[in-house]
Amino acid sequence: MWTMSADVDRVFKALAAPERRLLLDRLRAENGQTLTQLCARMEMTRQAVTKHLRVLEAATLVVTRWRGREKLHYLNPVPIHEISERWIGKYERGRLAALADLKKKLEGEGNG
Amino acid sequence: MAESEFVYVTYIRTTPEKLWQALTEPEFTRKFWVATVQECEWKQGATWKLVAPDGRVADAGEVVEIDPPRKLVLTWQNHLFPKMTEEGFSRMTYVLEAKGGTVKLTLTHSMEKKDSKTIKAVSNGWPYILAGLKTLLETGESLPGTDKWPEGI
Repeated sequence: MWTMSADVDRVFKALAAPERRLLLDRLRAENGQTLTQLCARMEMTRQAVTKHLRVLEAATLVVTRWRGREKLHYLNPVPIHEISERWIGKYERGRLAALADLKKKLEGEGNG
Repeated sequence: MAESEFVYVTYIRTTPEKLWQALTEPEFTRKFWVATVQECEWKQGATWKLVAPDGRVADAGEVVEIDPPRKLVLTWQNHLFPKMTEEGFSRMTYVLEAKGGTVKLTLTHSMEKKDSKTIKAVSNGWPYILAGLKTLLETGESLPGTDKWPEGI
């Protein structure tokens, strides 16, 4: 399946679909969900969710673990972090965080 | 069943042996793990300490399982923040798997407690540490910011 180191193209492609970003949001809200749990809260067919999860897994944005007979899905922020490290300098980080906080405050938490 | 848990994965162009060395030997760890040093005999049952540059013990625990260069399981208690110390021990696991020319590093950190402060704190810290580790192994240089202890802690 995955033989090369983090492929930036795959990460961007995986993030380019709103359905997949929604799945990542759901995992951020509650990490370690099964496919059934993820489907229960989505307006998508099980097949569609499975397909999107496969793209997210190929980009290592989602990683899975088995617990007994359950396959649990976890959000893996490491590839996104690597992208941010590439273009964001050490000293810019604090200012960017302040700007992001301000934006969140002005626009309200729900729209983040 | 763990109540708070995260799983992080990174692929690093290196060998399992070199990655193991980087994860355990002080001359490597201080370059990507914010200048800390681990004190440990690296055998089952041994005490493990993560020591800050000023000598304070930041985190401590015990080696639960060790199988170089494949798997390491540690118990882990924070000692710097009382709210985290009182939560007790969390559990940290590294699994290293060679895949083609890369090594898949899977890091799991969990605690038998819902909404654990310790897990929340380490889940923010680990991506920086892992990015620094990857950069160090692939380029031989530290990532800025991962080779120094953060100010004010």
